[in-house]
Amino acid sequence: MRVALFITCFNDTLFPETGIAMTRLLERLGCEVTFPLDQTCCGQMHYNTGYHREALPLIRHFVSVFGEAEIIVSPSASCVGMVREQYPRAAAQFHDAALAAAAADLIPRVYELSEFLADVLQVEDVSAYFPHRVTYHPTCHSLRGLRVGDKPLRLLRAVRGIDLVELPDASECCGFGGTFAVKNAETSQAMLADKVRSALDTRAEIVCAADNSCLMHIGGALSRQRAGVRVMHLAEILACTEEDS
Amino acid sequence: MAASEQTFQQSAHVALANTQLRRNMGKATSTIRAKRANVVGELPDWEALREAGRAIKAQTLRHLDEYLLQLEASVQRAGGQVHWARDAAEANRIIIELIQATGSREVVKVKSLTTDEIRLNAALAQVGITATETDLAELIIQLAGESSSHILVPAIHKNRAEIRAIFRQTIARGQPLTDQPRDLTAAARAHLRRKFLSAGVAISGANFAVAETGTIAVVESEGNGRMCLTLPQTLITVMGIEKVIPTFQDLEVFLQLLPRSSTGERMNPYTSLWTGVTPGDGPQAFHLVLLDNGRTSVLRDAVGRQALQCIRCSACLNICPVYARVGGHAYRSVYPGPIGAILTPQLADLERAQTLPYASSLCGACYEVCPVKINIPEVLVHLRGQIVVRQQRHLSGKLNTEHVAMRWLARQFATRARYERAQRLGRLAQGPLTRDGVITWLPGMLKGWTATRDLRALPKQTFREWWQQRESSR
Repeated sequence: MRVALFITCFNDTLFPETGIAMTRLLERLGCEVTFPLDQTCCGQMHYNTGYHREALPLIRHFVSVFGEAEIIVSPSASCVGMVREQYPRAAAQFHDAALAAAAADLIPRVYELSEFLADVLQVEDVSAYFPHRVTYHPTCHSLRGLRVGDKPLRLLRAVRGIDLVELPDASECCGFGGTFAVKNAETSQAMLADKVRSALDTRAEIVCAADNSCLMHIGGALSRQRAGVRVMHLAEILACTEEDS
Repeated sequence: MAASEQTFQQSAHVALANTQLRRNMGKATSTIRAKRANVVGELPDWEALREAGRAIKAQTLRHLDEYLLQLEASVQRAGGQVHWARDAAEANRIIIELIQATGSREVVKVKSLTTDEIRLNAALAQVGITATETDLAELIIQLAGESSSHILVPAIHKNRAEIRAIFRQTIARGQPLTDQPRDLTAAARAHLRRKFLSAGVAISGANFAVAETGTIAVVESEGNGRMCLTLPQTLITVMGIEKVIPTFQDLEVFLQLLPRSSTGERMNPYTSLWTGVTPGDGPQAFHLVLLDNGRTSVLRDAVGRQALQCIRCSACLNICPVYARVGGHAYRSVYPGPIGAILTPQLADLERAQTLPYASSLCGACYEVCPVKINIPEVLVHLRGQIVVRQQRHLSGKLNTEHVAMRWLARQFATRARYERAQRLGRLAQGPLTRDGVITWLPGMLKGWTATRDLRALPKQTFREWWQQRESSR
């Protein structure tokens, strides 16, 4: 199966290891991975902050870059949510019928990683090996936006050697919220403090999620506090095998 | 309805530092969340009920003019009088004239957000009319001289010890009083019984008004509302025009949705329904004041109008991670929390309440619990769009750091060449800020991040650089 990687600008620039892990994982599962080099940003930050006119060219750009791809897979529930939910709205808002049609055509081909593994490849055990204590934070956009349910957890449970522990109050937002973390920094910090407390209570050494944006937020506090806990994207855990360790 | 000039950030700053408030809010919201989840989980057709609630409300709003005229005719037919108020001032004037015509100077009130919205109590006080709130939590707030911090539980930010202190200074002065709920309630009851018996006029809001029959519904837990609705000779009901529903049968849907969503009960203890006037039984004069106060302008906005579907259950407040931490006062509006963040800027004035639509991480929990499926995150993003467009009309807005940065970034994201150049530029620029691959201080707006969080520096190689290197070595 030919899969186009929608890496997201955020992961491309800040978390290349997630993209590398995605590539290795998908190739290991028999996919032919492509990376359309013209991709930039899906426009989420602009759109959700209210810069709708500024987001429009980015939305059009995305649709033209990925228009021909057979299957599009991304390590970000949040950016997939942007495409699925906001692209049709933006097209309607700017009365762009061509964009609306192109988006409607594209959307059924866009998958978040755990959705792709569960729904398209229909695998749970990806032959991963990861002998660490891990807790999983279901990000808001994966849980309530995409409704991925327990797909990421089923993938993690099948990982050999993993000690997976439940995160208390897991479904509560970590306080990232894109520009919210900066525009309402103090409220964001109050939410983050509770999320970090929950994570530390699990005694896990790794906090895992399907979105690096939330992980950057949680990880930023863990790093500042020298908490001895790190964050890892789901793809990176699933990419690990016994040969690597 | 005025939202104060103070920004959400400024009021949140104060609220977040109040440890007693944080404790009270955390405890109250987690309790009510669990209760709601339990009773909602019992209903296999909950999603169908939500959809029915949404559909009835949306349909009613599309034909609001017709349903309101039908309601007026039905109420008049049943012996009530109907008054139309364009705004708060007009509503208050009508209500004052109605009370003065009875000769009474004392009114008892059923809990009503709409009368808070128009600041009725203050308007009444100005002409020498005393209004007594009879809902326990509203009474606590009135005695404390504060404003409500929750749609349903106005004193949610107070604990029992604090309530005891308020009573000891007001209605239970010099009396022995413990902080046990039974004692506190008894003190309020003794105080309120006298008021119920002496007041000549009662004022209520309305949860629902049935166009077909002219029936008004008030849903409550304490029975104080029932007292107000039956004892005084004159009853004045003030309702926002969006509260009308077409038929009596529609109540079936809402009376299931509301208690489960608000108090986490299968059924609320008291549901009062009345239709006009019944000779010799209950109030002999009934007035219905229909309030616009900005609602018709909200109706004009195809995305924003869903905020008018709200049945004021407060499930969105209780589930909201922002509200649960800052409390209701931080929103500086009668309508706090997620619904307030979309209702206040639309009803009041977007210019003055423009920090409210940003008071959300867009986590989506509010939408998930809303019994009438108001897509609050969608409306928040929609209002943010309006705010940005407004700001960009002025030069000062255009030159504001955020706008400049956002426009610059949008230009970099427009093409691959510019995007890759910006990635390289970022790596160069971060040099002086980076130590051991971590950034601990950033200037300007970004300082909010680094005040309590580290930021990982940009790595030496982007993903696309890795990809291209791999492709070329193949």
